[in-house]
Amino acid sequence: MDKNWQKSAPIYTALENFRKRRVVPFDVPGHKRGRGNPELRDFLGEKCVSVDVNSMKPLDNLCHPVSVVREAEDLAADAFGASHAFLMVGGTTSAVQSMVLSVLKANDKIIMPRNVHKSAINALVLCGAVPVYVEPELNNEIGIALGMEPEKVEQAVRENPDAKAILVNNPTYYGICSDLKKIVEIGHRNGMKVLVDEAHGTHLYFGENLPVSGMAAGADMAAVSMHKSGGSLTQSSILLTGPSVNADYVRQIINLTQTTSASYLLLSSLDISRRNLALRGKESFGKVVEMSEYARDEINSIGGYYAYGRELINGTSVYDFDVTKLAVYTGGIGLNGIEVYDLLRDEYDIQIEFGDLGNILAYISIGDRIRDIERLVGALADIRRLYEKKSGALAPAEYINPTVVCTPQQAFYADKVSVPVAEAAGRICGESVMCYPPGIPILAPGEMVTKEIIDHIAYAKEKGCSLQGPESMEIESLKVLVG
Amino acid sequence: MDMWFSEIHTPNIKLSVRVDRQLYSARSEYQRIDIFESKELGKFLTLDGKIIFSDADEFIYNEMVSHVPMAVHPNVKKVLIIGGGDGGVAREYSYYPEIEEIDVVEPDRMFVEACENFFPDMTKAFKDPRVKVFHEDGLRFLRKCMNEYDIIINDSVDPFGYTEGLFTREFYGGCYRALKDDGIMVYQHGSPFYDEDESAFRVMHRKVYRSFPISRVYQAHIPTCPSGYWMFGFASKKYHPLKDFDPERWDERGIKTWYYTTHLHRGAFMLPKYIEDLLEEEEGKREKKSK
Repeated sequence: MDKNWQKSAPIYTALENFRKRRVVPFDVPGHKRGRGNPELRDFLGEKCVSVDVNSMKPLDNLCHPVSVVREAEDLAADAFGASHAFLMVGGTTSAVQSMVLSVLKANDKIIMPRNVHKSAINALVLCGAVPVYVEPELNNEIGIALGMEPEKVEQAVRENPDAKAILVNNPTYYGICSDLKKIVEIGHRNGMKVLVDEAHGTHLYFGENLPVSGMAAGADMAAVSMHKSGGSLTQSSILLTGPSVNADYVRQIINLTQTTSASYLLLSSLDISRRNLALRGKESFGKVVEMSEYARDEINSIGGYYAYGRELINGTSVYDFDVTKLAVYTGGIGLNGIEVYDLLRDEYDIQIEFGDLGNILAYISIGDRIRDIERLVGALADIRRLYEKKSGALAPAEYINPTVVCTPQQAFYADKVSVPVAEAAGRICGESVMCYPPGIPILAPGEMVTKEIIDHIAYAKEKGCSLQGPESMEIESLKVLVG
Repeated sequence: MDMWFSEIHTPNIKLSVRVDRQLYSARSEYQRIDIFESKELGKFLTLDGKIIFSDADEFIYNEMVSHVPMAVHPNVKKVLIIGGGDGGVAREYSYYPEIEEIDVVEPDRMFVEACENFFPDMTKAFKDPRVKVFHEDGLRFLRKCMNEYDIIINDSVDPFGYTEGLFTREFYGGCYRALKDDGIMVYQHGSPFYDEDESAFRVMHRKVYRSFPISRVYQAHIPTCPSGYWMFGFASKKYHPLKDFDPERWDERGIKTWYYTTHLHRGAFMLPKYIEDLLEEEEGKREKKSK
């Protein structure tokens, strides 16, 4: 990384220069620096709306970058140790989907864990590729799915030598990392591209003593959620490619679905955040690690809760653990994660990232302060004092192994009928069902609906999880394949 | 020279004090600390631009948070003061010989040092062997305590500044746990007069009312506070501030005060109608009126 070059932020500088020129706008957006929409201007601030501008020569164009956007992408590639970087404005969802669409065509196989974000499975609906799921090991104590074991990847590769790619979460939402270097080695040895979903891993590129990042492990592509741990605005993201990927083809793939009116608020936030990470990321994430470790120790000393950390590492299904993640198993106080999540918000004015059946996840980032950590820990202690249930039902595992009957695309576009969820057992599902967050499908298109899955959905619904996916907004019925 | 310190009470109202000179200014890890000398108020200390106390009126606040619970609780041995780096509250408690331990939890060392240098009369209690000062976060300190204190004072002022965590349900819950079965918590309840402060006042009462079996509010006149009017919360596991009030026992002690008297004690709990109304609304005893 060229530290001196990293001090520049070309999109930011171009916007500043553009603002000073006071150009009269006869182009979009029609709010014309906010003048046409004073309420919006007052709410977001004059400075903000004045740089909500259109692509133009001095500001370059994200769809075909040749000047400042191009340099910002080159800087990002340099900062992340990639051959090329794409600034993305459709969230990490678009970055994950662009990875999949770049390396797979209809009927190509992709080896992946089933505990992926819905964006990966939706990409398969788009391109018609066939998933080969590697069954993740479960940790029954805390009820979460773990990483991909290299032996199981190796086995999947042996059974599917024609597969084109392997997709890996690095890390999972809960902080679990697989042996990425090994998986890259297996993939490349067999002529497969390795794609890494790093929606929760921006900091791995800048912090110290953290799990290896996708690019450092030699992966071919990585989707990095800059707006999560990287500090940029919501919906902004970065897609990285390695040396063996044709970046110009990837740009074409991105342009299939990406807006032609990319927001300069998002682009400048990526530019400024990249600069900040390159210059100060190491020390910032050092503090994040310190805060997370402190919170973990304090939460574990309350009793009842289990804030897990590096002790989960077992060399295979948990090859490494991202200590910036603060996930806490709440079953020990007889409460579901979602119940603790609701209590924290409703009774203590604390909003955490998510609560699922067995766990909560508090997102610790460069914006946190130790006194806020004290509030979280204090609230958890108070929740235990007031709400602990001695005979709490143990939460079932978050993850149920699916039976895949047909590809997501075949199922999604097949003729379907709507049946009540409770009567769907034995049918093939035509849509996705998930709790959001975390957004990992309980059911994906093409999978068999089972009694266990129906019970899981009913339980999650009863506990107040936000269920999403099906056409039926209340999740009362499911679209299943005819026949 | 015409130098004025101004504190913004609402976007449209401010309190200004003519300043003779500035004695101290520093930025600690937690806040900006300034000390000024003025004709009318004597020396006064501000944190992040808000007056915390002045020579002229500190006695009102310090006496009201100390003597009110002491005139109710019959057997106080151990007191915890959270915040309180200026020593004023500890000083009042140090006048009671039966108290065995006074713990002061003040994260900001710099604040304590500044008070020691410029307000030696307030910090003199720190030399009392019964007083121990802990430089750590209040919430963190409380987590280690269970069934330990007879009285806890939340001596922090600002529900929006770095002491925000001390105006939360987790804090009140932590206090409940740290108090003995007949313990009392007294805390700053702010001033409900201006609209901007009213919602904070309401939220605070709602949280405490749900955390303690007895939760009453009392008042004092403090000239440097917004609207000159300040409220305190009295939250208690067993003793009622008026039904269990023992004026004779307190008067017998002969403690010298300038504000508190046992007559005033009763009066302090007799609240204006608009405050009674909004407290009852938060207690769910009265329908909320839209303003």
